[in-house]
Amino acid sequence: MTVRKIAEILEAKVAVGEEHLDLEVGAACGADLMSDVMAFVKEKVVLLTGLVNPQAIRTADLMDIRVVVFVRGKSPTDDLVAMARENGMTLLSTKYSMFLACGRLYEAGLRGGGIRDIR
Amino acid sequence: MKLRFEVSDEDFSLAGRASSELKRVLARLGFGPETVRRASVAAYEGEINMVIHAGGGVFEAEIETDRIVLNLDDSGPGIPDIGLAMTEGWSTAPERYRELGFGAGMGLPNMKRNCDEFDIRSEVGVGTWVHMVIKA
Repeated sequence: MTVRKIAEILEAKVAVGEEHLDLEVGAACGADLMSDVMAFVKEKVVLLTGLVNPQAIRTADLMDIRVVVFVRGKSPTDDLVAMARENGMTLLSTKYSMFLACGRLYEAGLRGGGIRDIR
Repeated sequence: MKLRFEVSDEDFSLAGRASSELKRVLARLGFGPETVRRASVAAYEGEINMVIHAGGGVFEAEIETDRIVLNLDDSGPGIPDIGLAMTEGWSTAPERYRELGFGAGMGLPNMKRNCDEFDIRSEVGVGTWVHMVIKA
């Protein structure tokens, strides 16, 4: 699924990274705790989070995550936008809650969790 | 090549900056993406731990052709029970750090998982020392 499609489904605003909207993403991860992202994410995912701080961007960057969606109507601040621009990332902002945003993407066919096996 | 970072706990928004810098250096040196990611995650969790629990500390990276050695050293309160601290989901981080996206109790396990060698020593009232090796 392209980032453009994700933005469309979530009726999201693109805060930065318009030029990367054709990037393909095969899996998604919804999390507010960044250590969980680092513990479980295996593939390149789109990260959905309610965490709006520099660590969300840093975590995504370290995990080679190129797209972050801020849920519950949160918008990235200017410093986050600058960080994302520097890292070549796309930041989206949706009014949907975490549950509804994940649900809409799942319903539209994005099924991969992108995580390692949990025993 | 050796990098040395002083990690401060004064401004949480800066926590993780050293690890981001390390990632850039490793990528520039031509290490594979998997190696870069493992080293960066191990460093990042360590850096965050020093900020949350120890009032900061020192983080050094020795970069060789076939491996990356990370040494973290702090003068924080120390860890009374390392076995317990290594348990996934177990955390002593103050609640406010959960609002900042941390304190999931995954930090030390994440560090260990991403390393080929992991050694942690701690003394209550003295500090904690972590040695990690990531093979390229």
